[in-house]
Amino acid sequence: MRSWASSPPTRFSRLPPRFTDPTPEPVSAGEAAGAASLAVHTQDLAKRYGRTVALTALTMDVRRAEVFGFLGPNGAGKTTAVKLLVGLARPTAGQAWVLGAPAGDRSTRRRLGYLPELFRYQPWLSAREVLGLHCQLAGIAAASRREEIDGALAWVGLADRADDRVGGYSKGMQQRLGLGVALLGRPELVLLDEPTSALDPVGRHDVREIIRRLKANGTAVFLNSHLLSEVEQVCDRVAVVDRGRVIATGTMAEILRGDGTVRLRVQGLDPAARLGAFGAPVVEGEWITFTGLEPERVPELVAEVVRRGARVYAVEPRTRSLEERFLQLLRESEA
Amino acid sequence: MRPLLTLAGVTIVEASRRRLLLALALLTLAVIGLSAWGFSRLPATTVGNTPISPSEVRAAASQLTIFMAFMFSGVLALGSVLVASPAISSDIESGIMLAILPRPIRRGDVLLGKWLGLLALVLAYAALSCALELAVIWATTGYVPPRPLHAIAFIAGEGLVLMTLTLLLSTRMAPMTSGIIALVGFFGAWMGGIAMGFGQAFGNSTITNIGLGSRLLLPTDGLWRGAVYHLEPDFILNALRFAGRGAAGSPFSATVPPDPAFQLYAFAWVVMLLAIGCLSFARRDL
Ligand SMILES: Nc1ncnc2c1ncn2[C@@H]1O[C@H](COP(=O)(O)OP(=O)(O)OP(=O)(O)O)[C@@H](O)[C@H]1O
Ligand SMILES: [Mg+2]
Repeated sequence: MRSWASSPPTRFSRLPPRFTDPTPEPVSAGEAAGAASLAVHTQDLAKRYGRTVALTALTMDVRRAEVFGFLGPNGAGKTTAVKLLVGLARPTAGQAWVLGAPAGDRSTRRRLGYLPELFRYQPWLSAREVLGLHCQLAGIAAASRREEIDGALAWVGLADRADDRVGGYSKGMQQRLGLGVALLGRPELVLLDEPTSALDPVGRHDVREIIRRLKANGTAVFLNSHLLSEVEQVCDRVAVVDRGRVIATGTMAEILRGDGTVRLRVQGLDPAARLGAFGAPVVEGEWITFTGLEPERVPELVAEVVRRGARVYAVEPRTRSLEERFLQLLRESEA
Repeated sequence: MRPLLTLAGVTIVEASRRRLLLALALLTLAVIGLSAWGFSRLPATTVGNTPISPSEVRAAASQLTIFMAFMFSGVLALGSVLVASPAISSDIESGIMLAILPRPIRRGDVLLGKWLGLLALVLAYAALSCALELAVIWATTGYVPPRPLHAIAFIAGEGLVLMTLTLLLSTRMAPMTSGIIALVGFFGAWMGGIAMGFGQAFGNSTITNIGLGSRLLLPTDGLWRGAVYHLEPDFILNALRFAGRGAAGSPFSATVPPDPAFQLYAFAWVVMLLAIGCLSFARRDL
């Protein structure tokens, strides 16, 4: 524990050159259009386990080199979706492509990294041996294995405990090891199923750093989580799932886009001044609240208020937290 | 091919790191040591005041050899079940498999790799324990069974058959369940062999066919009888044939040499079960 808790800021400066040297994969808009250039593409993906429906009809796209958050309440089907993508389970209906190949394709799996939700590694091996085993199974050339292993150990801050048996690891250390395993071999897509469930705040911070670094290196990250603050901090785009289907998807800004409520603190505005073009305002003392306003029209509103000789002290578009929005989406989906 | 060998290696490392090999080696050595003491008393045994004759020593040693072989084949069979029953299922339950299977490998590689690793353990245990015991018997009584290597091969085959069955079950069932099913099968086949002996001796085709059916379903007892046959010197065989119905049904005797067609069948049985195991594992949702 001491190893990583004491010096998080310097850890990444000690990374071997291969890991610090980003080779971003340029993604053009045209490229992103084709399914082959997407990291993940699913169409009406469905999965039933006996009579339990885990996924109803999942349709989503994850672009290359983006951090994609997959949010949903317990039992929404997040883990099931990831298992289908890595080929651990087979869909009942629908289609899924991963890195341009049908999900589960053997040679494409070489380019994936995966941290399972239920992570456990051979307790009778050391971390280094576990990583070595995965290098072998991933077909990583023998010559670069050592570098891969040392790099992964440094990334996840397990270098000092690398030769201890995994059986003696704490849960958080095992999760770190799992993260290291998922990073081996420069994957183009890393799927992390609740990567911070066992981690302390320092560990969570480290994971966010790792995710940002992966993105900078051109790796797409598929992050399953219900830790909304975590998702809010690192994800470019998110999909919210509930009971096996996507109920909202988009960039963080799109998901969080307010309901168009803007509050202005204004002095000297003629109460009779008609601002009807911006909807019906509610006035409480110096505060005037507009609702249902397109965000693009806010500057226009302010200009109009000023043009009428009033003095504007504050303009507050009301933003919602991801948590609020998440709960609202779930309520809407319930109805 | 390479992931297969990697996984076979991991299986062997697991057995050794979990101290399975050490415990088995120590206990086996203890048993062999005890048996050495017992066998060394045999030539010095007296009836009244006269020491027993060399031919009596040989007769006793030959029978005791078969009983020792039975014990080792039993340890091997039960041991095979115990190591194979968690091989796949407990790795699935613990989550170890979840990280392994998304690697660019076939599920069949994982199953065959485990099988290969367990095969090495079964063969090594059969060869080392039986060879050491036979050496001890030879050193203490001078008795050597007629075809010891054949007998060891049959005993190893018995363990292999049971291990393969358990591994197949392990792709779908909890360790306890697959272990119990394999054990019931093992003892059932043993009883089937006894029934077959009776059926043949008394000309009852129904009982014979039941026995035959059980032998085809699970060839462990058939292989055991092959091992016994290769451990029986001629004078014992003659005595058994002379006894006829009197010796019918004994699970420690065999009056006919193992049928090559049956050996071929047992081999095909193992291959078939492995194929079913690969299919069953490949189709399993995790
Ligand atoms: N192997 C399985 N057998 C039967 N049902 C399953 C299996 N795996 C998942 N399910 C069911 O599918 C649904 C979705 O489960 P899943 O594990 O994908 O949810 P999740 O979104 O990952 O939840 P959590 O946030 O709790 O991890 C649940 O109703 C669950 O009971
Ligand atoms: Mg889950």
